[in-house]
Amino acid sequence: MANNSSTPAIQFTKVSRHFGDIRAVDNVDVEIKDGEFFSMLGPSGSGKTTCLRMVAGFDTPTSGNIFLYGQDVSQLPPYDRDVNTVFQDYALFPHMTVGENVAYGLMVKKVAKAERVKRVDEMLELVQLTGFASRKPSQLSGGQRQRVALARALINHPKVLLLDEPLGALDLKLRQQMQVELKNIQREVGITFIFVTHDQEEALTMSDRIAVFNQGKIEQIGSPTEIYEHPQTAFVAGFVGVSNIIEGEVGKRITNSTNKFSIRPEKIHFVKPDQNLDSDSYAVNGNIRDVVYLGLYTRYLVEIDGGGDLVVVEQNLKSTSQEVMRARGQAARLMWKKEHISKLGD
Amino acid sequence: MLSRISTYLYKTPKLVLALLLVPPMLYMGVVYLGSLFALLINSFYSIDDFSGIIVREFTLKTYAQIFYPANLEIFMRTAGMAAAVTVVDALFAFPLAYYIAKFAAPRLKTWLIIAVTIPLWSSYLVRVYAWKLILAKEGILSWFINLFGLGGVLDWLLSIPEIGGSSLSLSPIGMFIAFSYIWLPYMIIPIQTALERVPASLIEASGDLGAKPFQTFRSVILPLAFPGVVAGSIFTFSLTLGDFIVPLSLGNSKYFIGQAVYSYQGTAGNVPLAAAMTMGPVVIMIVYLLIARKLGAFDAL
Repeated sequence: MANNSSTPAIQFTKVSRHFGDIRAVDNVDVEIKDGEFFSMLGPSGSGKTTCLRMVAGFDTPTSGNIFLYGQDVSQLPPYDRDVNTVFQDYALFPHMTVGENVAYGLMVKKVAKAERVKRVDEMLELVQLTGFASRKPSQLSGGQRQRVALARALINHPKVLLLDEPLGALDLKLRQQMQVELKNIQREVGITFIFVTHDQEEALTMSDRIAVFNQGKIEQIGSPTEIYEHPQTAFVAGFVGVSNIIEGEVGKRITNSTNKFSIRPEKIHFVKPDQNLDSDSYAVNGNIRDVVYLGLYTRYLVEIDGGGDLVVVEQNLKSTSQEVMRARGQAARLMWKKEHISKLGD
Repeated sequence: MLSRISTYLYKTPKLVLALLLVPPMLYMGVVYLGSLFALLINSFYSIDDFSGIIVREFTLKTYAQIFYPANLEIFMRTAGMAAAVTVVDALFAFPLAYYIAKFAAPRLKTWLIIAVTIPLWSSYLVRVYAWKLILAKEGILSWFINLFGLGGVLDWLLSIPEIGGSSLSLSPIGMFIAFSYIWLPYMIIPIQTALERVPASLIEASGDLGAKPFQTFRSVILPLAFPGVVAGSIFTFSLTLGDFIVPLSLGNSKYFIGQAVYSYQGTAGNVPLAAAMTMGPVVIMIVYLLIARKLGAFDAL
């Protein structure tokens, strides 16, 4: 399974996919390492799903090549690729039982019946559905169907498992539980996972690395901390978490530079009006225009003197809701560490 | 006043349901089932051989006549034709329905569905007579066949006893062609509807798991479209079974059920036997539906 570990599991070289005039995927280069949990994150229409479908073989690049452990698979049909997919709608065969669904990949490869039964049992145990083999998919809950889809895709021991927004249809609690479980299963089986999602929290929770997609291109590839702490573009800063993006005159007064930069709301602190500026910090004065109490934390909207707004969040460690609400309309001085800003490219 | 009526109706949904259902139920019960019931009753009467008068007394004598070799032959002939038409229509309809459901772009799909159903807008009689002309000895079909020098093949086909005849327009082969054409839309539409409901992701999932296209067809597409095939076959089979126009205009002296019923209740004046013979297709269809249910054709409905 794990080939030579220096060979990337998946490699895109200048891959494009055009639908008429629309460049769904535009000149994408990416390398996904063996055994990695790799997420493709982006809004709908950003090209992430098309990339996944091209790896699966449901779609073919207009130009460029896709390599699976060094083998060019760009033009191969899905059934000749050693990858399997967990579909967004699970795509379980409604006329088959859970056991038959999971065994499908082995059945078409004409694996002997006894072997099939044994491996189906193993898979159902892995996804904690022991004893469900004779049920029909229609008798299962959403979360259970999700597990069946996972077991069905893993039974072939694919080189790479592709997951197309598999948690999208689940409610929040179940989704969070499945995030942890998916990560555990990935560690257990040691297969490379490519996970497509539009949910930044999901991507941050599970991934070893994330590629952020926008308009058919990859904006940034990096670990969750790199993506969150050091976004390289305004799009990444805005899409992954909440960011204040500052540029132009306002920025120049703060940093003495016209470079665009971003600062996370939780890195900004309220300080006393007369507090001096440390050499490793930036500070601005402003007016609190709006206060939103959110239980765990409070969100402030501060109008900077001389133009521009900043979003600031502060945990409600000691303050009560009445106290924080009184801040509305008051003057404030804000400060943050220089190291917490990210300079943004265009 | 009007608003009081709506309020009252809103509060009594059962009354609304009754108001909506009574007219169609009356129609179903009285006109449809009633006439069928009258038919059933008549089939238990008999005809006085000497006077030709209907004897309104319960008897199974008329049903016994169905089992005369001549009548049994009519049943076998008609059921055989219906089965052949059904099989061929299913084979023709499936690829077209598959194309319409899974490949045709929305605009083309609309046009194809219109093209499939457009023959149903014209009179069925006109189309049967059109086929009579097409199939005639000097008709366009034999001209076309002769164009390829295949006249000998046609003559050989027509010389086969039971299905041949003096020309295509007077032979079971010709009837078979006309039947297959006339009922084809009734097979295409249900199959297309069934295929339409098979999500594309199921077909992708099958390929993804290693199934070659033919395996996907056999293991996923066909089982899921099967209810549509059965629904279509119910149309083609029962419509062929009861039809008398096509045998009348394209057939030879060998009767089909519809023709037999037509002549028994008409010129022969034997309404009880006509009724009994009509019950034949009804029984055949009930058996057919039970088998279809056993095969799971209605599970997905």
